[in-house]
Amino acid sequence: MTVRRVLASPYALVIAIALIVVVLPWFLPSNFYVRIATLVYINALAVLGLNLLMGFAGQVSLGHAAFFGLGAYAVAVGPTHLGIPSWIALIGGVLLSALIAFVVGRPILRLKGYYLAVATLGMGLLTAMMIANEVAWTGGPNGMPVPRLVVFDWRVTGSQMWYWVSGASLVLGAWVAVNLIESPTGRAFRAIHDSETAARVLGIDIARYKLAAFVISAMYGTLAGAYVALFDGFVTPDTSSFIRSIEFVVMAVLGGLGSILGSIVGAAILIILPQLLTVFHDYEHIVLGLIMIVFMIFLPAGLVPSLAALIRRRSA
Amino acid sequence: MAELLQFTFSGLTVGAIYALVALGFTLIYNASDVVNFAQGEFVMLGGMVTVFAAAAGVPLPLAAVFAVIVAVAVGLLLYWLAIEPARGASAVTLIIITIGASILLRGLAAVGFDKNYHSLPPLLGNDPWMIAGAALLPQSTVVLIGTGAIVAGLWFFMTGTLIGKAMLATAANRLAARLVGINTSAVVGLSFAMSAAIGGIGGILIAPITLTNYDVGTLLALKGFAAAMLGGMGHPLGAVAGGLLLGLLEAFSAGYVSSQYKDAVAFLVILAVLFAMPQGLFGKGDVERV
Repeated sequence: MTVRRVLASPYALVIAIALIVVVLPWFLPSNFYVRIATLVYINALAVLGLNLLMGFAGQVSLGHAAFFGLGAYAVAVGPTHLGIPSWIALIGGVLLSALIAFVVGRPILRLKGYYLAVATLGMGLLTAMMIANEVAWTGGPNGMPVPRLVVFDWRVTGSQMWYWVSGASLVLGAWVAVNLIESPTGRAFRAIHDSETAARVLGIDIARYKLAAFVISAMYGTLAGAYVALFDGFVTPDTSSFIRSIEFVVMAVLGGLGSILGSIVGAAILIILPQLLTVFHDYEHIVLGLIMIVFMIFLPAGLVPSLAALIRRRSA
Repeated sequence: MAELLQFTFSGLTVGAIYALVALGFTLIYNASDVVNFAQGEFVMLGGMVTVFAAAAGVPLPLAAVFAVIVAVAVGLLLYWLAIEPARGASAVTLIIITIGASILLRGLAAVGFDKNYHSLPPLLGNDPWMIAGAALLPQSTVVLIGTGAIVAGLWFFMTGTLIGKAMLATAANRLAARLVGINTSAVVGLSFAMSAAIGGIGGILIAPITLTNYDVGTLLALKGFAAAMLGGMGHPLGAVAGGLLLGLLEAFSAGYVSSQYKDAVAFLVILAVLFAMPQGLFGKGDVERV
C-alpha cells in the first residue's frame, strides 16, 4: 500500500488521534494542562456523538445536554442513593439513556428542522428542570458529590489517570464512529441528510435510521457526562443546562459538521478558549461571541472541512 | 373564579411579551429564513437602555424612544455585519452566528451597564385594579394594549402599504420578488429593524412588572422561539396566538400544578401539539423538492 492510500483510509484518522493522545502528555508542562486536555477529550466524545446525529444523519438537537446530565447524575445518584458500584452505574446510565432516547426519539424524530429543534430543546429543559427540582435525589441547584470510580481494585482518580481513560475512550469512540459511517447504516444516515424523500424512495426505513442515530448519539453523550462527573467528583444541574446543549452544537458546527476530526477540534477550541480568555475576565463573553460570528462568516462549513477544502485547492 | 381570572391576567401579560418576541422571530424568518436567536437581546436592550438613559437624567419618554432607536441600530448592525456577509450559509451556521451575536450583546451589556436588576416606573401607577376579586396591574393593560397596537399596526403596514406588500412578496418567494424589482436585501434589513423595534418596545413595556437585567434575553428568546413554533413558523398571527397561549399555559400550570414545573408543563403541551400537528397550530405541510 502506498502512503497515499494509507492516508486516504478512514482509519488513518483514528490512528492519528491515537498518536496525538499518546504523544501529547510529553508536551504538557503541568497537571493543569493535563486536566484541560482530559476535558477536551471528554467533551469531544459528546460532540462526536452529536455530530453523528447532526452532521451525518442531519437531525438537529438543541437538548443534547439532557443525555450528558443523565450520565453525570447516573454515577452520582446510583452509588450514593442506591448503593450501586460506580462502574455499574456508569454502564446502567448509558443503557438507561439509550432506552430513553429510543422511547422519546420515535415521536420526536417525526418532526423536521426547527420543529425538531424546539422539541429537543423542550426535552433538554424538562431534564434540567427535573434535576434542579428533585432535591432529595440530586441535591437540587447546589449539586452533589460524586464518589470516585473504582473498578474492582483499580481506583480511577487524578488527572493523569483520567487523561488516559478519556483519551482511550475518545480513540475507541472515533473508531466506532468511523466504522459506523463506512457501514450501510452510515450511508443511510447520509442519504437521509441529503434528502429524506429520496432516501425513502430508495427503500431506506427513515424512522429506524434516524432513531438509530439518536440512540447512538445519546450513548456517546451519556458516557461523556458520566466521565466529567467522575473526573470532577461533583455534579451540578449545569451539566444538563440549555447553555451546555448550545455549547455542544457550537463545538460541532465550529469544528465542522460531518467531520470526526472537526468534533475534536471544535471541543478543543471551546474548552481552551475560555482558559485563555480568563485574562480578559469581564470581556470573556464579548470575545467568545465575536469569535463565533467571525469563524462562521469566514468558515461557514466549520474549521476542519473549510481548511481541508483550502488545502485541496492549493495542492490541485 | 377569582383565581382563574388572576392567572389569566398574569398569563396574558407574560404571553404578550412572548408574542412580541415570537413576532420578531417570524418577521425575520419570513424575510430571510434566518432564525434569529439574538431576538431576546432586543428586549433586554429596550429595558436596559431606557433604565440607564433615565438614570442619566433623560426624561422617561425620550429615554424610551432612544432605547428603541438603539435596538433598531443594533438590529441593523447585526444584519449588515453578521448575517449579510454569511449569505448562503446553511441554516445551522446562521443560527450559530445569531447565538454568537446574543452572547456578544449580553457580554457588552454586562460590561456597559451592570449585572443588577432594574425596574422602570409603571405608566399608570402601582395600585392594582380589583376586578371580580382578581388584581389587575395597570401596567398589564399597558402591555396588552401596546401589544395589540403593535400587531394592528403591523397588519395595517403589511396589507396597506407598498413597502409592506414588498415584504409579503419577499416572504412568499424571494426570487420572484427580486424579478419584479423588489430590493429584497433592503427588505431583509427592514425586517431586522422592525423586529428589533418590536422587541425593544416589548422590553420597555414589561420592565416595570418583571424587572430587567443584562441576562433576560436568553430565556425570552427560548420562549419566543417555542411560541413561534407552537403557532407555526412563519405565521405572524400564529406567533401571537402561540405567545399568548404559552403565557397562559405557564400561568395556569404555575397556579394549579406546581410553580417549579411551570416551564415543564408548558413544554409538554408544546410537544403534544407538535406530535399531533407537526407544523404547529397554523402551519401547513410543505412539499420537499428532490
